[in-house]
Amino acid sequence: MNFTLVVWRQARAEETGRMVEYRVEDVSPDMSFLEMLDVLNEDLIVSGEEPVAFDHDCREGICGMCSLVIDGVPHGPERATTACQLHMRHFKDGATITIEPWRAKAFPVIRDLVVDRRALDRVVQAGGYVSINTGSAPDANSIPVAKHDADVAFQAAECIGCGACVAACPNASAMLFVAAKTQHFARLPQGQPERTRRTINLVEAMDREGFGACTNHYECAAACPKEIPVRFISDLNRDFIKAAAHHGRFGTLPPQGDLEE
Amino acid sequence: MGRLDGLLNTSIGQKLALAASGVALIGFLLVHLLGNLTLFQGPEVMNAYAHWMQTHPLLWAGRVGLVTLFGLHTTLAIRLALENHRARPIRYAAGLRSQDSTFLSRYIVLTGLLVLAFLVYHLLHFTVGAVQPEHARLLDEQGRHDVYGMVVRSFGEPAVAISYLVAMTILGLHLFHGLRSLSQTFGVNHETYVGAIRWAAGGLALAIVVGNASIPLSVWLGWISL
Repeated sequence: MNFTLVVWRQARAEETGRMVEYRVEDVSPDMSFLEMLDVLNEDLIVSGEEPVAFDHDCREGICGMCSLVIDGVPHGPERATTACQLHMRHFKDGATITIEPWRAKAFPVIRDLVVDRRALDRVVQAGGYVSINTGSAPDANSIPVAKHDADVAFQAAECIGCGACVAACPNASAMLFVAAKTQHFARLPQGQPERTRRTINLVEAMDREGFGACTNHYECAAACPKEIPVRFISDLNRDFIKAAAHHGRFGTLPPQGDLEE
Repeated sequence: MGRLDGLLNTSIGQKLALAASGVALIGFLLVHLLGNLTLFQGPEVMNAYAHWMQTHPLLWAGRVGLVTLFGLHTTLAIRLALENHRARPIRYAAGLRSQDSTFLSRYIVLTGLLVLAFLVYHLLHFTVGAVQPEHARLLDEQGRHDVYGMVVRSFGEPAVAISYLVAMTILGLHLFHGLRSLSQTFGVNHETYVGAIRWAAGGLALAIVVGNASIPLSVWLGWISL
């Protein structure tokens, strides 16, 4: 298979980038999208050009590193699929494919297709965890959790933090991410003591990073490779109203710098 | 920081305020619709209702309240839209391909602004009487403002009737996304009932539009006349 690629090239964060066209030939339909980019990069290296920088790690759809907007869709046209698990057989031979980085004020481009997603880490650092030391694995069923609650918590916990929800949202909102990171604790007994504080802190941290607000387009869930449903956003909204109505404290986030590694 | 301050300083808090002002405006729309439907009970009932309202001691308090409410809803919405726009300073070269969003959600600000423009026209038309002044100052046999006659004469002109039908369609598009988003925004979410709630919300939007549109349509079709 042969393709024309239109790729975002940007040498450094401070420089302006532009879309550049490349030809890539003799691509196997069984290659993943990232393997196709590897072929392009080998060609570029041979011809003495800088290869296209892109994020990747596990290449088996579980790490959340790959972050390509392919023809206007984060992770490409296949649903519930990360870019690394997207295979070239899903594209037409001879197609022109546009490849761009995640676009959001909170995700500045580092180079080419690589963006800085530490904003998501800082949001989680604001309280997306259980503070107590849980020690080693507890005996099974020593803390009973209803099967349904365990399933819903697990569904939220499937979030791999790739940021496709932000990239897909017309408002660059991180609500689906924050919803997943709060709701996987909200369904479990261990998550209850810090539930109010976690809800408020994560939302305030999200706002501070410059993400947009949710206006119910639901593009996030459509782009999510783990199919996290938008009902978690509704659950987050409810938790937030409860937190505000009861005894929640606002404005207690430490300064942003303190959350850095 | 106080809890209310803190709440309204967050993106979710601002959306809750936007949604709450929307709910209040829908309350107004329903009352306004019920008032409008007195048209079908004839000139006596409609003019008596209009007279009662126009001479009510709280008329101006209500008007100030409504202007405040519309102002709040509009200001919050525009502020939110600008903040959301700023959250993506560099747009996608290929554009974002829409998957699950709808025309209604993507154009909610535009439909809102069009509704606001219609509101100004509607006030100039029936409240100020500037659009068709020949119909606006009539009195009925008892010396009351002849609202019935004003409405029927106005909608007798096809261009005016059509402009109202177009406006009601746009209002419907705005309300449909707004009402269907309510349960999501307020966190009313139950696997079994959320579908029914969203259908009911869509139905309410449709009812407001159909109810209001029935007035110019009835005049136009000759079902209601002087």
